[in-house]
Amino acid sequence: MDFLSLTNLSKTFGAATAVEDFNLDVEKGEFVSLLGPSGCGKTTTLRMIAGFELPSTGKITVDGEDITNQPPNQRNVGMVFQSYALFPNLTIGQNIGFGLEVRKMPKPDIQKRTLEMLELVHLEKHINKYPYQLSGGQQQRIALARALAISPRVLLLDEPLSALDAKIRVELRLEIRRIQQTMAITTIYVTHDQEEALSLSDRVVVMSQGHIEQIGAPTDIYNDPSTEFVAQFVGQLNMIPVTEVDLRKGTCILAGQRVKFEPSPNQIISSEPRLAIRPEELHLGTGEGRNALQGRVESVQFLGSVVRLRVHVDSAIFSADLFNERRITLPRAGDEVVISFPEQSCWLI
Amino acid sequence: MKRRSFWSWVWIVLGSLYFILPLYSTFDFSLREKKGVLSFLSYKNVFIDPNFWDTIGFSLEIAIFTIIVSILLVVPTVYWIRLRLPQLRGILEFISMLPFVIPAIVLVFGMIRVFSGAPFFLTDTYFGTYALLVAGYVVLALPYVFRAVDTGLAAIDVVSLTQAAQSLGANFGTILIRLIFPNLKVAILSSAFLTLATVVGEYTIASFLVGIKAFGPYMSLIGQNKTYESSSLAIISFMFTWSFMGLIQLLSRGKAASTSLAGAR
Repeated sequence: MDFLSLTNLSKTFGAATAVEDFNLDVEKGEFVSLLGPSGCGKTTTLRMIAGFELPSTGKITVDGEDITNQPPNQRNVGMVFQSYALFPNLTIGQNIGFGLEVRKMPKPDIQKRTLEMLELVHLEKHINKYPYQLSGGQQQRIALARALAISPRVLLLDEPLSALDAKIRVELRLEIRRIQQTMAITTIYVTHDQEEALSLSDRVVVMSQGHIEQIGAPTDIYNDPSTEFVAQFVGQLNMIPVTEVDLRKGTCILAGQRVKFEPSPNQIISSEPRLAIRPEELHLGTGEGRNALQGRVESVQFLGSVVRLRVHVDSAIFSADLFNERRITLPRAGDEVVISFPEQSCWLI
Repeated sequence: MKRRSFWSWVWIVLGSLYFILPLYSTFDFSLREKKGVLSFLSYKNVFIDPNFWDTIGFSLEIAIFTIIVSILLVVPTVYWIRLRLPQLRGILEFISMLPFVIPAIVLVFGMIRVFSGAPFFLTDTYFGTYALLVAGYVVLALPYVFRAVDTGLAAIDVVSLTQAAQSLGANFGTILIRLIFPNLKVAILSSAFLTLATVVGEYTIASFLVGIKAFGPYMSLIGQNKTYESSSLAIISFMFTWSFMGLIQLLSRGKAASTSLAGAR
């Protein structure tokens, strides 16, 4: 049973269309991320669910109730902002209890719930501090606790980790997922960071120019992108022009060499066919049953756990990611190398 | 470097003399009521005059009403404009500057002409006259109140705070009372003190509407009749204004310290 439904949702600002014919059904307790580049309409969609923007057309329902035109303060939808938006004149405890006070909950109950929420985010000691006395990561945890304190029907997070440094971002990401699963709360998460979306979500909605490109589980989005945009936006992708495509045999000519690929069931050949392959699918050296291409290393980029090579194969340039190992012997720029990949790892666009 | 420092000091000294010399001369003159001796006699004469206390009490009362009306009028207006109608901010800023370019005499004549006749007849009653006086002062104080409140609101993320509060179930009344007013405490106090200082010493509107009931016209009357007392009144008035300015500084400094602490973390 769908808990949150967005049906034919559109939003226009004057002549500009921010969101167009958006349809999404979210189950109770599901974590769905809206992923896309700036200006793709993900935040506008979130703001329509929160009630800060009214849809130009379409309908929003939560648990069967139509909330499309309901004011934001009557929706019981919690929201976490990129800028934390903690109330600077209130202590941490008062911030968390604010929504409960507005609901005229008895004081002892407010105190109890506030403590519960602080325990959930492991910040019990900070109850009497003011927001400016906490770090960015701590402030965002409090913002999360505040949004959860009112037991919202849906939790909305608008790029909550964007203002934090990389290490805190990863820590807080795990924390958000843990809390979401503990409370089994239906969550919509907006981000432009694919790693965040893929690691946190049950499903990811990839958006571009106001419409949905693909909805699917993180693995589906990454391994089976349904459009060229998704393939390019999510993860790194080599897209190499090919000729003489033979769908029956599953072969084509790439940089003057014949390679094999697995055609999809309803595969059609575009006017400019290209073979798509992820950098991590490429290996140095040959292997049995693998496509092998002779090339020359243009550059070697050390990224810590990964080493990224740029390899020229005739006129095509491949990006290949190798896992770093302590004793690894890396090729140098100008070295002749063979790169190989299995036919299952590439697909035709 | 040294050369620049020398000229800085020259300008500081010249500026200080420009302000301090007339003030010192007035103070010195106010102490010479008794021939050949320096005394506070003129101050004593001012303080024992019941009219001094009546007029300053009246002006303070009017000032308090002016502050309340100004804050209740300006804070929600500026808040709403920052939240929903940012394109109108320029117009509001222009309107707030009008009292600087329209002389008080024009304002008071306009008010008397419009509100003393039908259908208002405001000047026929004490309440009506006082209401008109407060309204005039609200207009005079508008530049100070608007600037202080606008700057205060610029320092907080009004949109995010409002939306965060709304998502927690708060309506606009709760948001204004629980979040906006408390976060504008320093701005509101600054504008309140500036309004108080302006209203207490104001002459033109007060003399046309209530005469020597107000402190401004009373000071003018003393100035015409009592030489030394007028100087002491000028000094008292300065002290009064400066103590409020000092209070604004003190409160602003407290706020700045907490802000910098937040930034350092």
